[in-house]
Amino acid sequence: MKKPAALVALLLLSGSPLAQTADPERARNLAATCANCHGTNGHAVAGSGIDPLAGVDRRSSLQKLRDFKSGQRPGTIMPQIAKGYSEEQLELIATYLAAQK
Amino acid sequence: MADLDRRAFLKAGALAGALALTGCAGSGMRPARGHVVVVGGGYGGATAAKYLRMWSARGVDVTLVERAPRFVSCPMSNLVIAGYRSMADITLDYDRLQHHWGVRVVHGEVLAIDTAARRLRLADGGELHYDRLVLSPGIDFLWQEVPGLDSATAQGSIPHAWKAGAQTVALRRQLEAMPDGGVFVLSIPRAPYRCPPGPYERACLVADYCKRHKPRAKVLVLDANDEIVSKKGLFAKAWAELYPGIIEYRPQSEVRDVHVATRTARLDFDEVRADVLNVIPPQRAADIAATSGLRLINQRWVEIDWLSMESSNTPGVHVLGDAIFPAPTMPKSGHVANQQAKLAAAAILRLLAGEQPDPAPLLMNTCYSFVDARSAIHVAAVFQYDPASRVLQPVAGAGGVSGARSELEGRIANGWAQNMWADMLS
Repeated sequence: MKKPAALVALLLLSGSPLAQTADPERARNLAATCANCHGTNGHAVAGSGIDPLAGVDRRSSLQKLRDFKSGQRPGTIMPQIAKGYSEEQLELIATYLAAQK
Repeated sequence: MADLDRRAFLKAGALAGALALTGCAGSGMRPARGHVVVVGGGYGGATAAKYLRMWSARGVDVTLVERAPRFVSCPMSNLVIAGYRSMADITLDYDRLQHHWGVRVVHGEVLAIDTAARRLRLADGGELHYDRLVLSPGIDFLWQEVPGLDSATAQGSIPHAWKAGAQTVALRRQLEAMPDGGVFVLSIPRAPYRCPPGPYERACLVADYCKRHKPRAKVLVLDANDEIVSKKGLFAKAWAELYPGIIEYRPQSEVRDVHVATRTARLDFDEVRADVLNVIPPQRAADIAATSGLRLINQRWVEIDWLSMESSNTPGVHVLGDAIFPAPTMPKSGHVANQQAKLAAAAILRLLAGEQPDPAPLLMNTCYSFVDARSAIHVAAVFQYDPASRVLQPVAGAGGVSGARSELEGRIANGWAQNMWADMLS
């Protein structure tokens, strides 16, 4: 568990008026929406053919997500999914998953 | 578990819950404590049980009540009907949930829920007390809308195979026994029903089986809806290109009743005789949700608060999955049930700690459908909470369907199943 990293990220990134009542575990909650395909906390099942996200460098996965969102990076489903998340949400997810061991 | 152990466990849970409730609200990072009972061990319930334990660092006690000894997946079950997977491939156990995550798994049937006393009664005479209840009971069928099917014998002859298990096996056997030149009739109820693309996937895979083993057989799709309700263009293209002359599609064709002995479907102005008759009946929230006093919409689906998945009229009861009245365009899918389970788990842990649920939840859906043994297509969507409507709304410009069917997406669909099942149960 890397709660401190997720919390620091949240404190740094949550500038919305709702921030004071937000779940301090919002990054964890958002990253859990990736788990159906990429595994619990980003630990994809070995041999499932789907990229694990746990421990992946924050900057590189965030860049990938941004490129999916902007349409620069092709894909089957990720371009469609990434467009549904805000920049702030993508940052929280990339930070949380990078901290998973 | 012995009765004494069970009582001690429940007492500990109740005491922890009471302590959580006596703490003053807004005191910060107090850990969540209490006893959560989860009813239903499918995509929603199993996920909720695991995530409540994982996210509370095993601080919250969780009891999962499930009828079946093992989990059998509806997603991927059409591949079993076509002969590309075995039942063993789609059957998983609750061992890891129990032994690794410390979820107490009770295989039993809930008879009644006393939502005022926060207590539920089991068929074996046992009782469970909860601080919070998660109901993920799935669907039951509206037999009165297809009266001839309202018996176990009738459902043996005319399987729905819309709850995976014995029904899946029954339909597979009938398909194998069907003569070459036979007619497989598949009836689809009006939306909303469980798994919108599922019937169209089934039509593809049954046709795929016929193409290989019974080339003179036909698949007749009787759809109560005005048109294909999910991935329309992609299914229509697959039918035309892969199964010409095999699949015949009739929209606005609602089956009103069946004659079991002759396997005949009765429509408004027509009758259709089948060699295999597969009627997917109209559906509503499962009985236990419908009979527990939870407010329903259209007398069918449970109305919930989207910040917590809590019933709109029954405090302490969180409802997930196919049983709820969905947000706009949100399908009744296993993927969505899993995502709702995490939303509910996060909210419950906040509530048990005396805090409010997060005010800006998000969830997303992905459904893969196979159109033949190896190729699949997808539909995806992302839903963000909208404070004005107080509903999770689909994000405009996000989501969509496959550009074309592909074997790449077939491989991803298999990977989805492996990771999804692990996310629920491992």
